[in-house]
Amino acid sequence: MTIRWSRVAIYTVLILFALLYLMPIYVLLVTGLKSFQEVRLEQMWNLPSGLRFDSFREAYDALDSNLANSFKMVIPATVVSCMLGSVNGYVLTKWRFPGSDILFFLLLYGMFIPYQSVLIPLVKTLQQLHVYGSLWGLVVTHVVYGIPITTLIFRNYYANIPTELVEAAKIDGASIFGIYRRIVFPLSLPGFVVVAIWQFTSIWNDFLFAVTVTSNPTIQPATVALNNMAGSYIVEWNVQMAGALIAALPTLIVYIILGRFFVRGLMAGAMRG
Amino acid sequence: MRFDGRRLLRRVTSEQAAAVALIVPSVVAVGVFVYGFIGWSALVAVSRWDTVRPDYTYVGLSNFRNLIEYFRFQIDIRNTVVFTLFFVGACLVIGFSLAALLDRRVWGEGLFRSIYLFPMAVSFIVTGVVWRWLLAPRAGVNILPEKVGLPALSYGWYTDAHVMNIHADSRLGDALHAAGLGFLADPNYGIPVAMISVVIAATWQMSGFVMVMYLAGLRAIPDELRDAARVDGASEAQILRHISLPLLRPVTLSAIIILGHQSLKIFDLVMSMSRRGPGFATDVPALFMFETTFQGNHFSQGAAISIVMLLAVSLLVIPYLFWSLRREARL
Repeated sequence: MTIRWSRVAIYTVLILFALLYLMPIYVLLVTGLKSFQEVRLEQMWNLPSGLRFDSFREAYDALDSNLANSFKMVIPATVVSCMLGSVNGYVLTKWRFPGSDILFFLLLYGMFIPYQSVLIPLVKTLQQLHVYGSLWGLVVTHVVYGIPITTLIFRNYYANIPTELVEAAKIDGASIFGIYRRIVFPLSLPGFVVVAIWQFTSIWNDFLFAVTVTSNPTIQPATVALNNMAGSYIVEWNVQMAGALIAALPTLIVYIILGRFFVRGLMAGAMRG
Repeated sequence: MRFDGRRLLRRVTSEQAAAVALIVPSVVAVGVFVYGFIGWSALVAVSRWDTVRPDYTYVGLSNFRNLIEYFRFQIDIRNTVVFTLFFVGACLVIGFSLAALLDRRVWGEGLFRSIYLFPMAVSFIVTGVVWRWLLAPRAGVNILPEKVGLPALSYGWYTDAHVMNIHADSRLGDALHAAGLGFLADPNYGIPVAMISVVIAATWQMSGFVMVMYLAGLRAIPDELRDAARVDGASEAQILRHISLPLLRPVTLSAIIILGHQSLKIFDLVMSMSRRGPGFATDVPALFMFETTFQGNHFSQGAAISIVMLLAVSLLVIPYLFWSLRREARL
């Protein structure tokens, strides 16, 4: 019987932790669904008496233009990031040249730096280029600082495509573009999915660049708007909670639908090589 | 048809040149935006730029000297050390425990895994907003016991200004004093209680990630190894302790580096959850840098903070990058 008891203990711990991890989501949901009369802090844990979407509606009205800004920023940035990462990964695995490993090392370092150490020059440069305060400035920023991680993921991915395949095509006279188009690219779909999810999630969730590069509230992405909302004493806490859920929804949906690829991106970012 | 080696070589060389040309844009972009900008920040850090108008007058390391003597920065360093130790420690313990449990052929493993990992998909701002209300003194976790008829808790969480430290007149304080370590019995070396709330929120977000890393590591250990130990009569705990843990050392190292470098630059979470906190109890270098630079226009001071942060992260990351690239080269 001892074995049975150890199974019970395992499931008890696992379920307790699951409840702990889900607790914030529970509070977000029940708070968002309560009517304004019900949202007293003392009743935070109580279920709503009925389904009311007032909080969500109010939060959405406050955030909708910022959500649109986030999409306008994240989609072009993700697309360009994927293309650059793919090309870099292709060159660094199949067209290695003297010094390419050192170059890769220098690129990699760029994904660990605290971005604070480039923030002042970044702001000054974007001002010079007249894209400071615009979504295009943010797109450029995210594309450039996304180069290291996207290159890394594609490089690890392409390392699994047999080099002999590429070498044979080289001898047959295929060009660098031809090999990419006919051999590498058709095999790249999973790599693109992983990188796209990674970039979508991290750009959507970014706050530091968003808050320093855009100061105009009508331009700001959702994370900044949510933070402003949470810092204001006028906005009720139930609206803040509803806003938090709305701002988290796009990445949560991606996670729920494509979780497998999300994990792969995580692992690529975590265990290089 | 005769095989013309020279022509092939020439063609391959020109293709190789095209390959290099293809990554030039990325290399230039990273060269400018990472390395060039770091150099530029370093330049600002040794200048006297203290207003809206740029001023690159050279002042040597005086900004750094002032920073080290500045009480807010000293508190920030204490807070960062406390945050890093607790956050990394909690993530490793929880992440490893969950992975070890999930590795025991559990029904519904996929569901558990998804639940533990989903906070990773959410931004730190969302995490901060939610936990700010969950740990609000008169709501959230504090009133949860009331729901089952127990008295409410009265923790101050992130509003608690208390700093736990070794008291100078305690026995431990005496012993430290005798050992010439009396300075450790000073609030400057204590644990700001408010920081624990930030640690809880950050651990909620990141421990699932450590769990996934450990689970992948555990799955990579050959079954034969553990089966052999079981045949020899080893208990599951012994197998974990003497076989799995030693083999998981690279995973632990990776996790420490990833979490550690993240905690050194933590910003969003503090910003949305508690800001500076009472008596700077939850202040961190990144927040100080942001406020002094973009709200106070003390650009040189901000740049100096950012360079200190960069050095701290680099001390952690550069040896790790060397290590992992060398390991990769050996494979």
